[in-house]
Amino acid sequence: MRVLIVGAPVFAFFFAGPGPAAALDLPQIGGKLPLTRGVTQIEGASGAGLAPWAVIAGNETEDGVGASAFYTATPLSDYDFSAYGAAIGFFDRFEISYAHQEFDTGSTGALLGIGDGFTFEQDIFGAKLRVFGDALYGQDTWLPQVAIGVQYKQAEHEGLIQALGGEDDEGVDYYVAATKILLRESLLVNATVRFTEANQFGLLGFGGDREDSHTPQLELSAAYMLTDRVVLGAEYRTRPDNLGFAAEDDGYDAFAAYAVTDNITLVGGYVDLGSIATLNDQNGAYLSIQFGL
Amino acid sequence: MRTSHLAGIILFLAAVAAPAMAQTHMPGEEPVAPYVQSDANAGATPIADPAVLAAFHGRDGIARIANRTIDLALDDEELGPIFRPFDMVRLRRTLNEHFCYLLGGGCSYSGRDMTTSHADMGVETRHFNRLIVHLRMAMREEGVPFRMQNRFLALLAPMHDEVVQ
Ligand code: HEM
Repeated sequence: MRVLIVGAPVFAFFFAGPGPAAALDLPQIGGKLPLTRGVTQIEGASGAGLAPWAVIAGNETEDGVGASAFYTATPLSDYDFSAYGAAIGFFDRFEISYAHQEFDTGSTGALLGIGDGFTFEQDIFGAKLRVFGDALYGQDTWLPQVAIGVQYKQAEHEGLIQALGGEDDEGVDYYVAATKILLRESLLVNATVRFTEANQFGLLGFGGDREDSHTPQLELSAAYMLTDRVVLGAEYRTRPDNLGFAAEDDGYDAFAAYAVTDNITLVGGYVDLGSIATLNDQNGAYLSIQFGL
Repeated sequence: MRTSHLAGIILFLAAVAAPAMAQTHMPGEEPVAPYVQSDANAGATPIADPAVLAAFHGRDGIARIANRTIDLALDDEELGPIFRPFDMVRLRRTLNEHFCYLLGGGCSYSGRDMTTSHADMGVETRHFNRLIVHLRMAMREEGVPFRMQNRFLALLAPMHDEVVQ
């Protein structure tokens, strides 16, 4: 009896949400509409495949803290590119993220003289703040949802990076992303400007013998909604070309994203990253899974 | 039970006895605080495209969608408790008018504005989104193509800021 009397207020404390309407309900999780959190881009931020968007990770609205996790595999012509990571979204306002990228040179490593199966790797710590606008609810204005973000990147193999002409094994990208859902057209568009000195996302270090400072790069995405759970999209991402030994090209992709449930999104597509470390035409399938709460 | 019947009869008689007065509620509905009636209370400019109205199967389709949305909301374990204390007879009428007006069905909207209608209700963004999911379901059941659903939802989306206060 005692236990019950003491326990009841504690129970009520945990299960009563804010506001009078929530008082009767079970614990509340989630709340965003399917796909409106985006998926996770290759560096761990919420967005599409290549570009971060102005959306915030996880399913929670301004009333909660959500999270997401992802794994992406991109088997290219001569390399295997993969990434995994997680993000936390606070009140649909602020996002922190972590991603680990691996770039497995496989048998190409021997060809390049860096050793069979040599793998470039890096860790990426990101933060993103939504500044103004609402991509979804702001249908009566042209104003997009805008966010600013940073990605701190720490690459491995400092010695090799320097031997290849890279200036540094760590660097910071800064970006501004603007996202707009044109609901009338069933379309989502995004433009991101990134200031970066990263070579191949940072896997080949930062800055180089040709250019050793941040340059502005443009990342564009468009996604057409087929249903509230399926979108078709395409992206274009310009990239710096800092290293003398090997040219770096712009990247592009085309993808389909399917929100299997409110918590699981699958992405499949095609990506082309151009020339990587002297080997041209690096393209292939793009497969990604994202979990969101 | 008996009192509410009595109240209903009195209301009905009052409604019949004073036809000249502007009625903000109809017979069979609970009275509401006085407000100024205007189509502007609907909170958006109607869609003028006849293709949209046709996709919603005209007034009949719109009425089915409005009613079905309310049914789904009442059955929802989270939304049900928010809706149930209110007058669903009135809501079925005014929501139908609201949708019909906005979709260019030629109705006029006699309800309150979105801010007044949802004041002190404690509606959160998650509730708003759930209602959109139910509305999408109702539109899908009616056979409204996805693109046409979005034409309508584009009008409703900005009401988020008035409904979630
Ligand atoms: C775009 C979204 C919404 C639209 C277009 C909308 C529209 C309306 C309309 C036209 C009315 C009638 C006002 C009147 O009779 O004078 C109304 C009332 C009401 N709405 Fe909404 N609504 C929306 C969202 C919501 C949400 C998310 C909830 C709760 C979860 C909600 C709960 C209610 C309730 C309970 C009433 C009855 C209020 C009363 O009788 O005093 N509505 N709404």
